Amino acid sequence: MQLEIRERNVGDVVVLEMFGKITIGEGSLQLRDAVGKLLDGGRNKIILNLGGVTYVDSSGIGELVSRHTTTKNAGGRLKLLHPTKKIKDLLMITKLLTVFEIHEDEQAALDSFQ
Amino acid sequence: MMLAENVVELTIASQLEFIDLVTTLTDNITSMVGFDEESAYWINMAVRESVANAVEHGNKYDTQKSVDIRFTIGVDALRVTVRDHGEGFDPATLPDPLDPNNLLNPAGRGILYMRTFMDGVDYERHPEGGMIVSMSKRRAPKQPIPDLSEGDHKHDAVGN
Repeated sequence: MQLEIRERNVGDVVVLEMFGKITIGEGSLQLRDAVGKLLDGGRNKIILNLGGVTYVDSSGIGELVSRHTTTKNAGGRLKLLHPTKKIKDLLMITKLLTVFEIHEDEQAALDSFQ
Repeated sequence: MMLAENVVELTIASQLEFIDLVTTLTDNITSMVGFDEESAYWINMAVRESVANAVEHGNKYDTQKSVDIRFTIGVDALRVTVRDHGEGFDPATLPDPLDPNNLLNPAGRGILYMRTFMDGVDYERHPEGGMIVSMSKRRAPKQPIPDLSEGDHKHDAVGN
């Protein structure tokens, strides 16, 4: 398995702790499925904790963008927590840093939903 | 085909599962020739993107079509070519991922990353079909060429 995803609920916010690679194929599909299931269940306040993600390629970045869009279209928000410097580099190169709400502190990320 | 002593070739079938094989070899080569960790990481990614494009967009996941990767370790640079056997395309016609209208597109960023992380990226059509992407990354000065004089280094993941 490329990506391990652990789900944690804090009030009405869901934190998805992600470990591994978000790359073309399995990793990207796992992310898509995990967010899709949350939205299907009406849970649209989502934090992706990327601190354990070791590698993201363009497909993974595209998947983050897609899940951001689908969550927003579902009336919710998807926020990023602890992205590595390399993930931030990839977002910056493609002018996506301002598209995402990015947090370095989980409590601040949780509070931002209130 | 005779290979120069500083050439490593790898051929894979068009399956995403083989991409990690290519990037593992990439890591071995960049380590061997002395790229720093940061450069090696981004070279790895550029190779990953090019091979993924060849599998997905070039060969359209047709496992009967191969992706051919060649690493050439030169005095001044590492050069990597990736060839697919698809119908080919004109890179000039691809949407600009930095265009505000395209920022939220789910795809289309791979070539931008390749151009960012490598010193040179060029596309051409192969005369016998398919596309070849040629990428280069300059080596830091005073890095000796590794001794690969044991012979050709050829790996073939499709068993032929």
